[in-house]
Amino acid sequence: MTISIIGAGPSGIEAASVLAKQGMAVTLFEKDPSPLKNIADKAFLFPNFAAASEIVEQLNKKLMTPNITQRLDCGITGMEREEHGWKLTDSKGETHYSDIVVMATGYTPFDARRKEELGYGIYGGVVTSLEMEKMIRYDKIVNSMGETPKRVVFLQCVGSRDEKTGNHYCSKVCCVTAVKQAIELKKRMPDTEVYVFYMDLRMWGQHFEELYRESQQDYGVRYVRGRISEASGTFDGRVQVKAEDTLMGLPLKMTTDLLVLMVGMEASEGTRCLAKEAGICGEYGFAQSVDPHLGDCLTAENGLFVCGACKRPMSINDAVNDGRSAALAVLDSIN
Amino acid sequence: MSWPFIVFVIVYWVGAVGLIVWSIFKPFFSVFVLPFVLGVVLLLFFSIVKYWRWIHSFDKLQRAIIRKNIWTWRFLPAIWEAFREGLLHWRITKKNVLLGYMHRSLAFGWFLLIVVGAVQSRLAIPGGHPMWVAIFFNFFETFVDISSFKHAEFFANLMDALLIYVLSGLFLAMFKKVWSRPMGMKRTTKHTLMDRVAKLALWCIFPLRLLSEGVTSSLYGNGGFMIRPLGNLIDTIGLSDPAFEYTCWTLYSVALGTFFSLMPFSRYMHIFTEVFLIYFRQLGVRDSDKKTGYTMFELSACSRCGICIDGCPMNRQLGVVNMQGVYMLQSIRNLELQKNAEPIAENCLMCDRCVADCPVGLDLSVVRRQVRIKNKAAIDTKGAYSYLKNVQPFNAIGRVAYFGGCMSHLTPGITSSMEAIFNAVGQKYWYMDRDETICCGRPLLQQGFEQQAFELRRKNTEMIVNSKATLLITSCPICYQSFKKEYKLSIPVMHHTEYINMLIETGKLKLRKDGHKVAYHDPCELGRGCGIYDEPRNILRAATTLLKTKEEREHSLCCGFNLGNPLLDISQQTAIRDAARDNLLEAGPDTIATACPMCKKAFQRADNVAVKDIAEIVAANIKN
Repeated sequence: MTISIIGAGPSGIEAASVLAKQGMAVTLFEKDPSPLKNIADKAFLFPNFAAASEIVEQLNKKLMTPNITQRLDCGITGMEREEHGWKLTDSKGETHYSDIVVMATGYTPFDARRKEELGYGIYGGVVTSLEMEKMIRYDKIVNSMGETPKRVVFLQCVGSRDEKTGNHYCSKVCCVTAVKQAIELKKRMPDTEVYVFYMDLRMWGQHFEELYRESQQDYGVRYVRGRISEASGTFDGRVQVKAEDTLMGLPLKMTTDLLVLMVGMEASEGTRCLAKEAGICGEYGFAQSVDPHLGDCLTAENGLFVCGACKRPMSINDAVNDGRSAALAVLDSIN
Repeated sequence: MSWPFIVFVIVYWVGAVGLIVWSIFKPFFSVFVLPFVLGVVLLLFFSIVKYWRWIHSFDKLQRAIIRKNIWTWRFLPAIWEAFREGLLHWRITKKNVLLGYMHRSLAFGWFLLIVVGAVQSRLAIPGGHPMWVAIFFNFFETFVDISSFKHAEFFANLMDALLIYVLSGLFLAMFKKVWSRPMGMKRTTKHTLMDRVAKLALWCIFPLRLLSEGVTSSLYGNGGFMIRPLGNLIDTIGLSDPAFEYTCWTLYSVALGTFFSLMPFSRYMHIFTEVFLIYFRQLGVRDSDKKTGYTMFELSACSRCGICIDGCPMNRQLGVVNMQGVYMLQSIRNLELQKNAEPIAENCLMCDRCVADCPVGLDLSVVRRQVRIKNKAAIDTKGAYSYLKNVQPFNAIGRVAYFGGCMSHLTPGITSSMEAIFNAVGQKYWYMDRDETICCGRPLLQQGFEQQAFELRRKNTEMIVNSKATLLITSCPICYQSFKKEYKLSIPVMHHTEYINMLIETGKLKLRKDGHKVAYHDPCELGRGCGIYDEPRNILRAATTLLKTKEEREHSLCCGFNLGNPLLDISQQTAIRDAARDNLLEAGPDTIATACPMCKKAFQRADNVAVKDIAEIVAANIKN
């Protein structure tokens, strides 16, 4: 019995480790030179501000077992149904045969350049939420002139819930991420004004709502309901945003040192490609499971399982749980 | 009107006209000519009444233009164009040779039949005779001795040849009804009942003429190289009977009469109207924002050929085939369909593709906008423009004015590139809408908000005039068309592609060539709207490798995301956009270049396409 897991993110690693513990031999494919690329540069994870480096370390530890063969720098680009199991083709052109495949190919962040009106890539003061996370992690929170920002504006739903980019769905994690990052900024720079522009704040998870309240009560983060329609550069390297405060019903202009775009999640290149090859395409390029309630790790294809953010936007903790579920589903199918 | 009344009127007219005609032209009279004569009388009567009324409802400006230009040589190009388009159908021939032949043979062929027939009858029968003698010549020439007519044989043969010419066109028209594709048309117009009856009458005319002349020939042996053998044939099968001859000529006359009397009320009104329209257009008259007599000429000059349907992106990508120019005009013209005029007028991208395709050269978008304006006139949003008062004037002596436009504010890559270009050539500029963005007004006007657009134009004009800037440059083709055509500015207006091209040609801006392969998308408002096709291409050739695409210049495809059609949803816009994108990608570029922020945004929303404005490509390749 050969098992292949595609993608060494939190979900893929957790699935591999559960299967390895049950004595199964697992091959873990990863297109990047090291696992957990999407978490590597993160600072802290909501809702409990756990250090991301710690989570990375513990997940990496789970890979230290002889039952798991890691194939790094080896992305799977082709997938074909065989009589028993699957034929996988990697980026080097080699083929691998596997009875069971678990797809954990994950997401890719929305390319903010596609919302040109927000000026990402044009004005130095416009950054993405990933870059902000990196700034927090390496403690280098500066504006485009290298100074400590006096004002930071977060903008929610960039590339999510946006008909114009074709992404109608909610990316789920950005709301609380902005709350978390706003608190991080305020902890480090209490004098900096922090604004969050939102459509509505979706505090769905445990402790999220409390975090949102704390951010206002204890840290003075200000929330404005309304989307930013355009950003433009000022002569001193800052960013001017135009928006509408939809609670006040007034247009507003604001100049800020940093504009942080909370970019959503899109199906990764690998997810799009393999979902297509295996014939399990869902909406927006994500992979489709058979049933959201009772068969969320199963697919319409025998011997093919899906877990993590290759199905839909998912937080890290959910992805880890989903990896474990997929491992159980695999074991179920073998017995 | 009740039926008995109509019958009474017809009988009265037939009787009166018949009596007069018979009393004057006794020697050349036969009762069967009456339907024809009646048709001609009705045609003349209604045409004159209609044209008279339309000419008298031209607006002030149009009248002034006519008065100014009527005694100039402009009638000469008008005659040439009327001959070229009304008879030779040159523009249709350019679209499809077979389609052109069909129209030419029917129009020019029939025209020659009438002219040559008139000459023939005049030469054959000296002295006065009524005009229908020429029309029914083969019948009436047997009344008199024409042995002294030296060229009888020549004319008979010529008339036969012309009849064959016309019949060949008729044959093609029938063929087109069954299978229009070889004639370059995928779809043809769905006509109203009146149009179909008129067409049937038209189609009957020439075969009936052939038959009538054949039967006459079977009795008297006249006619040319085709009619005589036909006469022999009819004689052989035993139909050479004076009663049958009389019946045939009567049917021919009825067909003619029916066609002529329906002409003023059917699509065939375009035959004469186009000539008038060409004349007025050559005098310099254009349609205005309100329906005028000139609009009426445009409405009737539409031949309802349906060439506007095939190119329309609403048809090509969305399968909508009820709103193209031909149906829009029909809905305005036809009283029963007028309730549809509004929804039809709204459902259009205003990409002007049909304007480029129309063989009559009708300004369809202006007429469409008239309907939109008519529906919106009552809405008052004046209070919403109070912010205009707060916009401060600026002294821009020695600078050029740069107007980015609302859409360019959503594509800061374009405006920042333009600023880089101004700086590179040391041009001082005033970015007039950097902070306080006032719309140029055209998007509102295109939607029919005429007064609101006027308010914005007034404020922008005031700003520009007071600034004393000497040149206005804009990055948005919509603004460009507005400044160029809807504003009355005294300073030149340039789109940034014109400006950059000028900088390159005068040597002020030097570019290096990068390795990119680029396909250029012609924005509707810049290309078809303002005729700017070459400047963008010159620039791209200087900075990149420019590829040729299948449908370009005036045939370019709309990006689907323009502001013309408020009714489309994103998926429909996307379908139209994808067709435009695929046309460009077919050439194998690594970058799509365009010169419109709207088009840029449209392609930006598509996956896996690199899209850049020309200004961005230029800014990245400055060698100064």
